[in-house]
Amino acid sequence: MRRAELTAHAIALGLLVLAPWWLSPYDLSLLGRFLAMSILALGLTIVWGWSGLLSLGQGVFFGLGAYALAMNLKLAALAPGDLPDFMVWSGFSRLPWWWAPFRHPLVALAAVVLVPAAVAAAFGWLVFHRRVRGVYFALLTQALALAFSTFLVSQQAYTGGFSGLTNFGPLFGVQLADQKGQTALYGVTLVLLTASYALATWLSKSHFGRLLVAIRDGENRVRFLGYNAAPYKVAAFTLAAAFAGLAGALYVAQVGVISPDMVGVVPSIEMLIWVAVGGRESLAGAVLGCLLVNFGKDWVSSAMPSLWLFVMGGLFVLVVTVLPRGIGQLVSVRVPRRRPAEVAPAAQELAGQ
Amino acid sequence: MNQPLLQIEHLTVRFDAFTAIDDLSLTVPARSVRVLIGPNGAGKSTLLDAIIGRVRPAAGRIVFKGRDLTHLPEHRIVRAGICRKFQAPGLLDSLTVHDNLVVAEARSRRWPALLRTQPTAAQAGRIDGILATVGLTAERHRPAGRLAHGQKQWLEIGMVVASGAELLLLDEPAAGMSLGEREQTADLLQRLADRHSLLVIDHDMAFVERLGAPVSVLHVGRLLKEGSLQDVRQDPQVRAVYLGRVDECEYDYA
Amino acid sequence: MSVNTITLDRVSAGYGLGRVVSDVSFTIAAGEAATILGRNGVGKTTLLRTLVGLHPAAGGRVLFDEEDVTRHRAFDRARRGIGYVPQGRGIFQHLTVAQNLELGLTACAGRPGPRRRGIPDHIFDVFPVLDRLRHRKAGLLSGGEAQQLSIGRALVTEPTILILDEPTEGIQPSVVQQIQAALVDIRREWHVAVLLVEQYLDFAWSVADRFYVLRGGRIAGQGRTSEQRPETVAHLLNV
Repeated sequence: MRRAELTAHAIALGLLVLAPWWLSPYDLSLLGRFLAMSILALGLTIVWGWSGLLSLGQGVFFGLGAYALAMNLKLAALAPGDLPDFMVWSGFSRLPWWWAPFRHPLVALAAVVLVPAAVAAAFGWLVFHRRVRGVYFALLTQALALAFSTFLVSQQAYTGGFSGLTNFGPLFGVQLADQKGQTALYGVTLVLLTASYALATWLSKSHFGRLLVAIRDGENRVRFLGYNAAPYKVAAFTLAAAFAGLAGALYVAQVGVISPDMVGVVPSIEMLIWVAVGGRESLAGAVLGCLLVNFGKDWVSSAMPSLWLFVMGGLFVLVVTVLPRGIGQLVSVRVPRRRPAEVAPAAQELAGQ
Repeated sequence: MNQPLLQIEHLTVRFDAFTAIDDLSLTVPARSVRVLIGPNGAGKSTLLDAIIGRVRPAAGRIVFKGRDLTHLPEHRIVRAGICRKFQAPGLLDSLTVHDNLVVAEARSRRWPALLRTQPTAAQAGRIDGILATVGLTAERHRPAGRLAHGQKQWLEIGMVVASGAELLLLDEPAAGMSLGEREQTADLLQRLADRHSLLVIDHDMAFVERLGAPVSVLHVGRLLKEGSLQDVRQDPQVRAVYLGRVDECEYDYA
Repeated sequence: MSVNTITLDRVSAGYGLGRVVSDVSFTIAAGEAATILGRNGVGKTTLLRTLVGLHPAAGGRVLFDEEDVTRHRAFDRARRGIGYVPQGRGIFQHLTVAQNLELGLTACAGRPGPRRRGIPDHIFDVFPVLDRLRHRKAGLLSGGEAQQLSIGRALVTEPTILILDEPTEGIQPSVVQQIQAALVDIRREWHVAVLLVEQYLDFAWSVADRFYVLRGGRIAGQGRTSEQRPETVAHLLNV
C-alpha cells in the first residue's frame, strides 16, 4: 500500500479504536452494528466488485449467520428442558433435533461461518457449473432471498416466524445487552473487521484476486488459457457468504433481535447500495459506503421515517447515473490496478519517439 | 518425430441447418507452420474453434499427440498443449499488459500460484522475455484495454506463447499492423516454429509469402487445395473464389 | 459547399492526463482523398474518433465545411455529412442488412432537400452483394460482407466525406479489390471526400491523393501519392 493510503487507514483505525471515548453511547452502538455490516460489504466487493457477480441474495447469508448465533442465545436464556415461547405455542414438547446442537456456543459460532459458506458453495457449484451468468444469476440469488425469508415466516414453529428470535441469554457468561457486553462486542467487531479487511486486501494483490478480475473481464479468454472458471466463482461467492454470515452474527449480538424482514429481498438490495455508493471495486469504499448510507438512514429515519425509501431510491439513481464508481471516485480509490497518472509517462514516452 | 502433432479426421461442424465444416481432414506436423486461407465464411475460424473446444463437432475426431481431444472441455484441451489467439482481440482489459501475461503463463495455473502476489523469478524472467519479443516492454503497466489494436494482437500472441502450448492457433496475427510490423510478426512466427507448431489464418498474401509455409485453402467448409503458396496462387478455382483478378492483387489506380 | 471539407487545426487528444495525438493539423479539400499512415499505437484511431466526435478534443479545432464543430456531438457531425466506417465495422448484429442500411437514413433527418424515403438504389449498384442479402441478419454475414455493409450504411447518409478506419482488415483479397473499386466509383460519381486510415500501402495509394504519416501522435511526413512511391515512406513506419 502507498504511504498516503497507509496513513489514511491508520488514522481511520485510530478513530475507530478510540470511538468509545469520543462518541455518545447511542452513536457508538450504531457504529458497532454498522461496522459489523461493513464486513458483509467487504464480501460484496469481492463477489460483485472484483468478480462481477451481482448477488441479490447476500441477506440470506447474513441471516443464516445471525440466526445461527441467535438460536444459541435464545436457548441460553432458558433453563435446560424449557422450549422457546413460539415452540410452546405450536405445541412442541421437545426441541427439534436440528436446534439441539446450538445449545453449545462453539457449535453456533462455527455454524455462523460454515452454514452460509456451505449453502453458498452448493448453490454456487450448481449455478456456475452450468455457466449461468449475469442477469440470470442475479435473479436466482434474488429467488433464494425470497425463498429464505418466506421459509422463516411460514415455519413459525421452528423459526419464530415473523417476529424472529429475541430475548437472548448470555454468551460465555457475558450478558450482551449491558454496557460491558456492548463495549466488548464493539471491540470484537473492530478486530474482526480489521482482520477481514487485511485478508481481503491480501487477496486483492494475490493471483487469485487477479484471476477473479480476469474472469470478470473475459471468462472465455481465461478458459482458453487453461483455467476452469467455475471453481473460482464458487470460491468468491462462498467467501462473500462467509463474510456475510460473520456480519450477521456480530449484528444480532449487538442488536438483540433478528427477524425475516432484515434478511430478505429488500435488505439484500440495500446492501448493494452501500457498496455501490462507496465504490464497489474498493475495500475502503465499501466500508465508507456502508457507514455513510447507514448513518444517513438513521438520521433521515429519525427526522422523517417515511422519507428513507425515497432517499434510498434517489441514492441509487445518483450512483448509477453520475457516480458509477461510487463516492470513491471523488476520493483516491484503492483498486488493484494502475491509475491514470501512471499512464501519462508511458504516453509521453511514446510521443517522444 | 514421425507422429504428426495434430490430426483432424473427417471433421464436420454444423450450426443448426448450416454446415460450417464438411468432412475435413488435415494434418499438422510438429515444429512447423501451416497457413489457412480462404474466403470469409469458409470455416477457417470455425476450424480453430473446433480444435480448441469452443464448438462441438457433429462428426469426426481431433487427435493431438495421439490423444483424442474431441469431446474434452476447453480448459483441458488448453492444458494438453493447444492455445488460440482470437480474431477479435480477447484480452483482460482492466489488467495491465504485464498482468495479462502473468495470468497466461503456464505455471500460474497450478494451485500454489493462487496465493502468490508476485510471479516467481522464473516466471518473471519468461514474461520479460516475451514482452521484449512482442515489443511491449514500454507498455507493461498500461491497462490492456488501452492498447492500440495492433498492440493488442501482439499481447495476445505473447499470451498464447506464455501459455506454454505446443500448438498455437493464430487467427489473423498481423491484423492492424503496419508493413514493418507485419514483417516483424512474420519473422517472430518463424522463430516460434523452432519450438511450436503454428496454424495461422490470414488474408495478407505478402505476409503469407514471408512466412514461407505450406498453405491449405478452405472453401465452404471443405479443403479446396493444399500446397505451397506459389502452387495455390495459380489455381483458377482459388483465384475465382478468393484471390480475385490477378495473383499480385494490383489495383486500378484512380 | 465550401472549398475545404475537413480542417484540423492543432488538434490534440488523449486519455486522462496522457496525450496520444498532439498538435495535428491538415486539410482535406472537397472531393479529395487522403490517407493516414502510421505504426501501431501512434494515434490514428484516436485521431479519427476525435474528428468524428466520439472522443473529446483536448486542444485545437475541428472544422467541417469551414464551420467549427469542435464542441458538436458525434450525431450532430453525422447529420452534417460526416460518414464514419469504424474499425471492426460496428454493424448491428441482430438487425437485417436492410435495417442496418435504413438506420443510416436517420442521419439525413433535418437536412435541407427532399425527404429521403427508403434505401437509395445506388448503394446496391456499388455493393451488389448487399442486394442479395437484404434480409439476412447482419450477425450472420461474413467479414467481407459486413465490411461492405458498414461502408454502405455510411453512404446512405449521403455524406460529404467518408472516413474509414482500416477497412481492409480481415477481408479476403477479392473483396478488397471490390471495395477499392467501390471507393474509386464513389469518389468519381458523387464527389465524396475520403479519409482513410490504412496499413496496406498499395490499397491506400490506389485510393488517396495525399498521405500523412503519424508518428508519436504528430505528423512526421506528408506528400502526394502521385509524387512518391509507398516504399519511400515505409522507412517512417518502421520500428
